[in-house]
Amino acid sequence: MAEAESADPLVKVRDLKMYFPIHAGLFRTHVGDIKAVDGISFDIMPGETLGLVGESGCGKSTVGRSILRLYDVTAGTVEINGSEIAHVDRDSLRSKRPMMQMIFQDPQASLNPRMTVASIIGEPLDEHMKLSPDERLARIYELMDWVGLNRTFAKRYPHEFSGGQRQRIGIARALALNPKFIVCDEPIAALDVSIQAQVVNLLEELQDRLNLTYLFISHDLSMVRHIADRVAVMYLGRIVEVADRETLFAEPLHPYTQALLSAVPEPDPESERNRKPIVLQGDVPSPANPPKGCNFSTRCPKVMDICRQIEPDVQDFGGGRQVACHLYSESMKTTAEPTAGEINKQKSTRRQP
Amino acid sequence: MPDTAMPILDVKGLKTVFRTRGGEVHAVNSVDFDLRPGELLGVVGESGSGKSVTMMSLLRLLPSPPAEMRDGTVMFDGQDLLKISAEELRKVRGSKIGFIFQDPMTSLNPVYTIGFQLAEPLRAHLGMSKAQARERSIELLQLVGIPDAERRLKDYPHQFSGGMRQRVMIAIALACDPQVLIADEPTTALDVTIQAQIIELVKELRQKLGMAIIWITHDLGVIAGIADRVMVMYAGQVVEEGPVNEIFRDPRHPYTQALLKTVPAVRGPRADKLQVIEGQPPIMYEAPAACSFRNRCQFAFDRCSQENPALAEISAPGHRAACFLLDKASTPEPEAVNG
Repeated sequence: MAEAESADPLVKVRDLKMYFPIHAGLFRTHVGDIKAVDGISFDIMPGETLGLVGESGCGKSTVGRSILRLYDVTAGTVEINGSEIAHVDRDSLRSKRPMMQMIFQDPQASLNPRMTVASIIGEPLDEHMKLSPDERLARIYELMDWVGLNRTFAKRYPHEFSGGQRQRIGIARALALNPKFIVCDEPIAALDVSIQAQVVNLLEELQDRLNLTYLFISHDLSMVRHIADRVAVMYLGRIVEVADRETLFAEPLHPYTQALLSAVPEPDPESERNRKPIVLQGDVPSPANPPKGCNFSTRCPKVMDICRQIEPDVQDFGGGRQVACHLYSESMKTTAEPTAGEINKQKSTRRQP
Repeated sequence: MPDTAMPILDVKGLKTVFRTRGGEVHAVNSVDFDLRPGELLGVVGESGSGKSVTMMSLLRLLPSPPAEMRDGTVMFDGQDLLKISAEELRKVRGSKIGFIFQDPMTSLNPVYTIGFQLAEPLRAHLGMSKAQARERSIELLQLVGIPDAERRLKDYPHQFSGGMRQRVMIAIALACDPQVLIADEPTTALDVTIQAQIIELVKELRQKLGMAIIWITHDLGVIAGIADRVMVMYAGQVVEEGPVNEIFRDPRHPYTQALLKTVPAVRGPRADKLQVIEGQPPIMYEAPAACSFRNRCQFAFDRCSQENPALAEISAPGHRAACFLLDKASTPEPEAVNG
């Protein structure tokens, strides 16, 4: 368990599994599972941003959706703000929805084209709160101000906005019910470079103002490095490494993290000339049929015999750093539970007002 | 690289307009550029900046209507690609100039085998027999690093992963030994580790085959690693162009400067706040009469809204930018981009 010197984590995920069944044949018999998320655990402290990175198909979006119970999880527990989410019945789940929200990747697809901005932002208010029409409109205007949308746009439809503005509408909707925890699922992936920075800055401002906690899912390592306090790296349904931002980017331990970071090109011709990326061979195996032992063993440049036999345990390196790799099995084997001790200290030093 | 060799591709005054119900959209506005043998030209810009449309216009790949190539010349191999007949153009497309599209999922035909799609240009352009084409297809798949090439000829696109499909696309584009290869965001749809594989492959193929490449992307990191020369596009115009080191070390157009600063780094020091370019790129309902970037530019002054700046040579050879600030020679170098 965590050293818990200050606060308790806002989000606690333990051994979360999300399997999607495969049905085949005439009788649609259950022939196997796609193990999209295969036993992951982590904590997120209040006010913290946890970055979740990985390549497409590694299960990072499924993690985000399972935590918010958009899927019925196969196994494991999820606790947000002290209440169990993963296995409660629908009615009590509904009452907990306001505190956990999501910002989606594609603002085009996640906004109803037949609803005006005001009705999109107002819908969660109608569902969960009893407001008079005046109060409702005032709240909508307040939200639009927060995300930097002009109030006069309230009667417009999503198609009249650019991608960046649409994402602002999605953010306003997510904020409507004063959530504590927001899952940002690739919120900037569909945006242009010059617009990405605008949205990321907005997310950071809102976090400071409203004391929000984010799970920031992205494949863009440089943006994650910018916004996240801690980073978890996923590969084929499992977390291979968790560490605070500086440690992870400065000194990655897991061979997959090393390869992933080395593969990111940098906008500087001088350093690009000297950069020697670790080029991984082959592709990610199918999550329906993951390899025996370590999931990364088929592509790992440092693979050993044991990797093909036994799945590596998660090892704690202290300071919230965990690595699941046999390369480090001898060194200080402690507990497999996530710790989140130093994060708060670090958090307070970051972003001075 | 200034005038060391005759350009293999020389584009002058290219203008492409889309006729839509909302009026004409000027997607490409008088674009000039050239490409020298063996060179890799990186084209950077945001979506809607006209980078893809420019390259598609070269080979007249855009459906007309709504697209219309209004002006310009594209000199390749002693002929103007915008003037030659459709029949002659067919001989250039896919044989002398290869094209790799962004999305390897949608640009391969799902109902034909990879072998068939690879053999198609070989048989059409080079007149190979079935057996010869098959032989060459196997060679090509091996060239782009697809293991077990002979067996995989019988496979359909859905049996390949994204990275493998992009390799197949590259193999098809290379089939007839093109002199020019145009790659339109070839790694954008791929994961970083797969992107690294494809970039390594292209670097290797360049050394082996020596063709000239035009690489379109919005990722400045990718460009920094592979390009010899960079062309930055904004609102259908080239705003800056020059050798890769110059562009990254000493960007002169405010847009290029801002673009380089909005991208956070994965290595080195980390900025506390991201630099932002306020506003959005314009939609060009008219041919530009003034600088298209002026509304987002913090250095804009009167002249910017009166005339449209032309590309002009700057001190360094081959480095050109379209900005009136450069005329104000003694302007102190602006530091911050965010006002």
